[in-house]
Parts: sequence; C-alpha cells; structure tokens
Amino acid sequence: MTTRTLLATSALALGLASGTAAQEITVLGWGGAYTNSQVKAFHEPFTAATGIRVISVDADNPATPIKAMVEANNVTVDVASIEYADAVRMCDEGLLEPIDPASLPPAPDGTPAVDDFLPGTLTECMAGTDVFATIYAYDTTKFAGDPPATIADFFDLQRFPGKRGVRRGAKATLEMALMGDGVPADQVYAVLGTPEGVDRAFAKLDTIKSEIVWWQAGSQPPQLLADGEVVMTIAWNGRIFNAAVGEGKPFAIVWDGQVYEPEGYAMPRGTPNKDAAMQFIAFATSTEPLARAAEWISYGPTRRSSAPLVGVFQIDGKTPMPPNLPTSPENLTNALFSSYEFWVDYDAELNERFNAWLLAN
Amino acid sequence: MAEPGAAALTTADGMPLRAALARASRRARLRAALLVAPLLLFVLVSFVWPIGQMLLRSVNNVQFAANMPELTAWFAANPRGTPVDEAAFAALAADLRLAAASRTVGTVGTRINYELPGSRSLFTATGRAAGGLEPPYREALLALNPDWGREELWTVMRGASARYTANFYLAALDLRRDAGGGIVRVAPEQRVYVSLFLRTFALSAVITVVCLALGFPVAHLLATLPVRRANMLMILVLLPFWTSLLVRTSSWIVLLQGQGVVNNVLVALGIVDEGGRLSMMYNQTGTIVAMTHILLPFMILPLYSVMKTIPPAYARAARSLGATSWTTFRRIYLPLTVPGIGAGAMLVFILAVGYYITPALVGGASGQLISNQIAFHMQNTLNWSLAAALAALLLAAVLLLYWLYDRLVGIDNMKLG
Amino acid sequence: MAAIPSHASALERLWALTFRVICGLVLLFLIAPILVIIPLSFNAEPYFTFTERMLTLDPEGYSLRWYDNLLTFGMVAPDAPRDAGWWADAWNNATWVRAAKNSAIVGVFATVLATVLGTLAALGLARSEMPARKAVMAILVSPMIVPIIISATGVFFFYSNPGLPLPKLALDPPALRLDFDWKLAGTYLGIILAHTTLGIPFVIITVTATLTGFDRSLVRAAASLGAGPVRTFFRVQMPLILPGVISGALFAFVTSFDEVVMVLFIGAHDQQTIPRAMWNGIREQISPSILAVATVLVVVSVALLTAVELLRRRSERLRGMSPG
Repeated sequence: MTTRTLLATSALALGLASGTAAQEITVLGWGGAYTNSQVKAFHEPFTAATGIRVISVDADNPATPIKAMVEANNVTVDVASIEYADAVRMCDEGLLEPIDPASLPPAPDGTPAVDDFLPGTLTECMAGTDVFATIYAYDTTKFAGDPPATIADFFDLQRFPGKRGVRRGAKATLEMALMGDGVPADQVYAVLGTPEGVDRAFAKLDTIKSEIVWWQAGSQPPQLLADGEVVMTIAWNGRIFNAAVGEGKPFAIVWDGQVYEPEGYAMPRGTPNKDAAMQFIAFATSTEPLARAAEWISYGPTRRSSAPLVGVFQIDGKTPMPPNLPTSPENLTNALFSSYEFWVDYDAELNERFNAWLLAN
Repeated sequence: MAEPGAAALTTADGMPLRAALARASRRARLRAALLVAPLLLFVLVSFVWPIGQMLLRSVNNVQFAANMPELTAWFAANPRGTPVDEAAFAALAADLRLAAASRTVGTVGTRINYELPGSRSLFTATGRAAGGLEPPYREALLALNPDWGREELWTVMRGASARYTANFYLAALDLRRDAGGGIVRVAPEQRVYVSLFLRTFALSAVITVVCLALGFPVAHLLATLPVRRANMLMILVLLPFWTSLLVRTSSWIVLLQGQGVVNNVLVALGIVDEGGRLSMMYNQTGTIVAMTHILLPFMILPLYSVMKTIPPAYARAARSLGATSWTTFRRIYLPLTVPGIGAGAMLVFILAVGYYITPALVGGASGQLISNQIAFHMQNTLNWSLAAALAALLLAAVLLLYWLYDRLVGIDNMKLG
Repeated sequence: MAAIPSHASALERLWALTFRVICGLVLLFLIAPILVIIPLSFNAEPYFTFTERMLTLDPEGYSLRWYDNLLTFGMVAPDAPRDAGWWADAWNNATWVRAAKNSAIVGVFATVLATVLGTLAALGLARSEMPARKAVMAILVSPMIVPIIISATGVFFFYSNPGLPLPKLALDPPALRLDFDWKLAGTYLGIILAHTTLGIPFVIITVTATLTGFDRSLVRAAASLGAGPVRTFFRVQMPLILPGVISGALFAFVTSFDEVVMVLFIGAHDQQTIPRAMWNGIREQISPSILAVATVLVVVSVALLTAVELLRRRSERLRGMSPG
C-alpha cells in the first residue's frame, strides 16, 4: 500500500467514523438479547421515523461508566439504560439530566404520560422502559427427576450439587441470599438494614462460595449454562427466556424468590446531543414501542396502555408473552420488589463490603 | 590532552587547543542531547506527567471540604480535642441543608463512607430531612440518628476536611485512624489490600519460578543445538511472543474451561468422570497457567543469550578433570548462567506484578491481582484517590525492582528476540 | 548437548533422552495453545471442542461460517445479495471490519511516530557524549515496565482533562493542570499518542542494540570525505541500522495492534480496535468467531515474526556478527 492510498483510506475511515453527514446519538445498553430488543423496538423504528442514526454500545451496567464519564468530564453517550435505584441515586447526585414528564407523549386514549406510567417507573431523571426480574435458572438436563423449585434450593449443595453462577455485585444477590435463608420477602429489607442481617446474608453466600462462578455481563449467565460451566445461575429473566424459547436451550426459570425492578432511559449530564436524546426517549417510551419491546424479550412494559398490546414472542412467532413477564400474577407468589430507598442509601457501602468479602479467601 | 601550563598549543586558526576541544565536546554533547530531546519531551508530557498528576489524587482530599464549607471552617478554627459543641452541630446542619439542595450530599457521604463504612446512608437520609432541622441542632440531629454523636465519625470528618491527606495510603494498607487520631488496623472483614498485595507478589513469584523451571532446559537446548536446528526451535519460542495476548488468553479459556478441550480429553480417556471435571479456569490456576505461558519467552530469551556465550570447553575441562555431570552442572554451568537467570527472573517478575488483562479475563474472583483492584476502584466505585494510592504503592514496588534490574542487568542489555 | 557422545554411559543417555522429552513438552506447552484454536475456528458447530465429525475428518464437520460471521456481524443487511452494495455495507458497518480499520489506523500512525522519535533518540543515546545517558534511557524505557493499568489511569485523567466545570475536581493542584480547550480522550489522536508512548521502548531497545555494533569511524570517514551530517546519516548510518529500525517499528506496531487497556480507558465506541472487540467477545459471549479472529491474528504474527527474523539475520550479516 502506498503512503498516498494509506492516507486516503485513513481519512475516509476517520470521516465515516465521525459521521459528518447525518445526526446520530449514542445509546448505552446492557448488551446481548436485551440490547437486541431495544434495537428492534426502539432504535430501528426511531431512525426510520426521524432519520437520526442510533449507535448502540454496551456495558455490564451502564450506570457505572455514566458516573465515571460525568465525573471525568468525558461524556460520550447520549442515553443510557439504567436501573431504577441507580436512576434515583444518580439524579440525587446531579449526574443525570432531568426529564420533563410533559415532553413524553400521552397514551393513545389521551391519558397524560404521568398517569399512564406504572407507579415508580417515571422519575425525575428516568423514563421507564420495562420491568425486569433477577431470578435463578437451571439446566433441565442436569436435574431430570427432582428439579430445584425454591430459592432455598439454590443454596442447597447437598441436594443439588454443581457450580452456580452468581452476579458479581451486592444488589439482588444479598436479597436472594436472605430469602434463601428463609427470610420472608416482606422482611428482607428490614433484616438487610441491620449489621446482623448483612452478616447473615454473607454467611449464606459463604455456604456456596466455593462453587460460585461470578459473572458481570447479563449475557454471561445463559452462556455459562449453555456451556455446562454451571448447573444453575442467577440471571435476568429475559436473557434466560430468550435463550430457552428463542434458541431452544434446556433452561427453566425458578420464579420463587425473584427480585423485580423497573429500569429505563436516562441522559447523563452534559450529553452532547440533548435534544435528539430527549426525542429518542420520548419515542422509545411511548405506548407502541414499549409493547413491541416486550415481544422481543420477556420484560414487562412500563405503561398501562402498552400492556394489552403485548402479543407473541417475535423470535419464535408463537409463544404468548404476558405469562412470561416478571409481573404476571403466577410469577409473583414469592417475589420481592427491589427497594430503591434501600439501595440509594446502601449501594456504595454494601458493594464495598461485598468486594472485600469476595477478595477474602 | 593539553597540560594546564602548556598554553602554547593552539589550533590552526589560533584558538587554544583546550578551548577548541572543550567547545567540540560541548557541541557533541549538545548534538546528542538535541537528538534525544524530542522523544524525552514527548515521554515526559505524555507519560510521566499524567502519571504524576494521577498519583497526586492519592493525597488530594477535596470532596468533603468543597461541599461542607461551614463545618470545614469549624474544624480549622478548633484544634483536635475540642469538644464537639452546638456551633459544630449548627455548621453541620447548615452544610447538610446546602449539600442536599445542591445534590452533593451523596458525594460527601461517599467520602466519609470510604473511611467509616456504613455512613453514606447516614448522610443521605439526614440530607433528605435537613430542611426541617430546628435548633438546638445537637438534639435535632441526634434525634434523627444517634450515630451523629459518634466520636469516630467526627474524627473521620475532621480528617476529611483537610486539603491533603495520607488517609488513602492508610486505607490502601488496611489501616485507619481511630477516634483519637492514632493508626489502627481496620475491622477484619475489611482487610483486603495487604493480602491482595501479598497474593500479587506470591503469584508473581510462583509464575517466575515456574517460568524458570520450564525456560531453563529449553534455553539450554537452544544454546547448545547446531545453529540451524536452534533457529527452527527458536521460532516455537518467538511465535507465542509475537501472538496477541488476547489470542493466547482465549486459547487457554478454550483449553481449560469446564467443557474445554483438556477436560474433554480427560473425560474421554476415563481419567476423570463427567462430574469430576477439573476447575482450571476462572481461578488462580487459570491465572498462573495463562500468565506463565505469556511470560515464558521473557525468561527464555535472556537465558538463551547468556548461555550462548558460555564456552562448551569449560564443561569439557571439568569432566576431563573427573567431575560428574551433576557436579559440572552445579559448579561450572549454573554459576555462569546466573546473569541470565537474574535478568529473566526480574523481567518476568516485574511484568507479572503489574498484570491486568489476563487475570481480569481468566482469574475469576480468586485469581485477581492488585491491578484489577485498581481498575475496579477506577471504574466501579470511583474512589479515585484510593485507586491512586494503590497505584502509587504498586508503582513504588515496580520502580524499585526496575532500579535493581538496571543495577544488576542494565537496561542496555535488555534483548527482544 | 548437540548429540549424545558415543562414550556416554547408559544413565547419561537416559538423562539426555529425558531432557529432550522435557524440552519437547515445554515447547509443546508454548505452541499448542496457539495451534489448537486454528482447527477449532473451522468448527461447523458453535462449540469450542473437537466434535466427532471433526475428529473423523468429515468435511461436513468443518465450515467457514465463523469467518463469514466476521464479515457479516454488525452489518445493516447481512442477508442481502453479495454485490458491491453488500461489500460496501461490510466495509462500513461490520464490527470486525471497522475494528480492523481502527487498529490499522492507530497502529500505523503510532508506529511512524514512535519509530521516527525513537530512532532519533537512539542515535543520541548511542553517543558516548550523551549527558545523563542512563537516567534518560531509564525514563524512555519505563513505559514498558510501568504496569499498564497505571499508565492507562494517568492518561485517562490527563486526556479527559477534568477540571473547570466541576467544583469537586476544580480544586486539584492548579499549577499541575494543563488546560486545553479540547480533549484527547475519545479521539483517534489520543489513542495514537498513548500507543506511541507504549511503542517507544521497543524502538529504543532494538535500535540502540543495532547501534552498539556500529563502527563510528565510518561516520568520521564520511565526514572527512566532505559529507554533511544529514547526508552521512542517510547514506552511511541509515542503511546499516535499517534492519534494527524496521524490527523496532514492527515491535511498536505489534504493541499497538495488541493493546487493549488504553483503548478501554480512553477510546470512545467508534474507536474500537480488534483487541477491544475481542475483549468484549471473551468477556461476554465467547463464540467461535473469536477463534476465527484469533486465527487471522496468528497468521499476522507469523508474517511479522518472519519479517523480523529475516531482518535480524540480514543485520547480523551486514555487521559481520554472524556468518549468516
């Protein structure tokens, strides 16, 4: 390659990468099947409607890089998908741009957005996209006769030997440990708010620590199950559903002891394209796209008006979605609604403790 | 060279020879320095400066003082040992109200939480109620949460109000200040960094020893084979050296994971049964195996270049004088290879101590090294001051080793392939 | 231990044999992981182990699907007919193709910068007159020694230039902060400069090594024949040290081509390089596509290694250090 062609190629590539012609925004998601659902239901229709290109990038938990970006004054994304508790906490810390509810479209019947969104799914800085659940799932080929059925079974190495996948983080892990230790769902946060309760949760985790394979990205647990690296794993329900129903993997979800929580879109403070970002959020969190997203991954829509519009799973074209959502009544028999009040206050200190516990052998 | 007294010697154009020589050597020095200057400047600006600036964060302590001005002023006006009076509580209440309004109460709480785990929630919860606080503030705050009266909390807040602090270095060594300002170890469940440093050094030492054990025979073989065959085998050492780190790391994942090639072969051969598959990945074993593979060429190459210079006649002479082959090896050959062992071992150890990518990908929880923890604080907890303090300690260790390496081996003698 | 001498005892013969077996095993340990991924990248199934059909050498067991996946992954319309439009789509949008372009751009510019600056400095360092030679050398080689996480962290703060807009950080020691009104984090230039820094030690080490064998009287001879310093450099010195310069450049290139931590810290999403994309792939879903990329990279390293070996031999011949 001569110098001149090399320079020409690099100039071309640089020009393409910086996208001089069309406007574009960058959306930070959670990767894998979840990002795919958002690309299909939000990004692609949005680009078709407005001509604004949506660039999709992924992180293990988008809240983490967002915080680092704002603090280092190096914001490179416009919209991020973050969990409810993180949205409240980061909004409190001034890391997110506020979202004016009036700028969100009303429901098709004219109900204003503030009334159409389920309680708690529209906050000062976040517009909810879906409700997801942290559950545990197992490989059905490994437990043919006597499959695990309760959250306590996850911690029972005698009856159900084998490696477990667990998310490397305190949130939901500690709640599930307590429920696995017999704490009723409605008392979990009262117990976890005391030092003894925290010790109890870690003591429960200690009982399986040697068998744990830690994961960080949401796409890892279905992969760990599929590869046979673990026999059961804590995971987000949509990832398991998509692998089981969409790809025919022998996975089953145990809903007992699930922890469910809304998540949604937020804008980091100092986003380079605030107007286009707000336009995207308004589009994505309107009635129709929210219902479509729930057909690509089994997370419940956050608008009342979207719920009746949710049909069948787009990937296999036949499985009805509503019974597979975290908020379906049969999945809620022993379920915990993740407390944002608790995590807003305790996230930093419990993760610090978790990290120290993890490193200690 | 001109004698001091012999002023008679001059150059053709009448200049004293001494002055001419001095000028010539000054010019030569200047020319050499000018050749090096652009790069030196570049490295200073793009490398040394940024690292220095980052390390300053380890003593920089502004999160608290910048957001709690009145309490900071109270600490400045009242020396350590002053009883915490109503004025202090009033300042605290005013600052909490301000911080809650300007959304910095989380930042303040996070800063205190670094040293007194469990206190971030105290700040955020009080911040939410700060609007309704009425004097007397002491009673009002204690009524909200009795923890506000803890002596330890006030010691930590006093420490956090200073412009510069050494507390992050204490934290990096699992130490903290107690209520009286003395230095004590943190609670047992919070002691992580000292053992992590020790683990990093221990794993690096294990990897160095394994590299030496594996590298020594190969280097010896390469040094004693005929050139043509040695060159052929040398390719086998150099190819891994030139192959991407990520390629080699993914290879090891493919080989060693539970359903990986090695386990499948073991199961197929009946050595282990289906349930007894070995865990060789996502733990210390994975880190040691993959890092040994990656660093082995750094051991073989210096060993090889030293062994190449040892004349075979020495060994033959020893043998002809009646030494056994073991004695010959121990008394003649081994001492001659010591410079190579030193160079290889130090290089491998220095590189291993700072390793990040491989432990992050294959180390699981137990195979993490100190670099991974620095990255964790950089990217996840955003406790940048602690990350900088840990980095400073690691850097000090590496620079000490580097200095030793330079003294014992000489940077000029570093060889690449 | 070139050949086992005929007078060796049985025990010595046994030991010599054992020794060779040990060496063989170590060399196998070095090379096998690199070779094992090559056949696996042609696996027709999405597994990382040899399927039965692969072991029986059934052609059905092998396929190029993962290589095809390298081209199509990230494309807007991967299923369109493969005409010029399809190739343009692959060129512009396919994740791995974009990563390869980014790696090439960053690698080439970082290599050129590191080689030019490094060679100049090595010329200075090789002169006995160079003041503070050892200290300067130690500084210039330090990017190779300092743990990458420390370098990346420093560069991250420096290139993001945090400061004025944030009260929390604005109280950094002001005298120690350079304020640009633009920042290098998230730009190609930033990554190129960071990679240049990392490549410099390799250029310095290889070029100074070549210069130690260089006969300075050649320069004096050229000067006495009336050649200026520039002419002397290009006509006398350069041809002799060129092999060292080129292998230093190749080392610098491979350093940049393999670097992931700097890109993780300062690269924006549109500056994803091949190692960065591999990092994602290995951490999240290690599909056999990773093995296909890995195989391509192994082929690249074989080519680079061959080039360096040929240069080394040429250099030794030129300097009369080896019969060749």
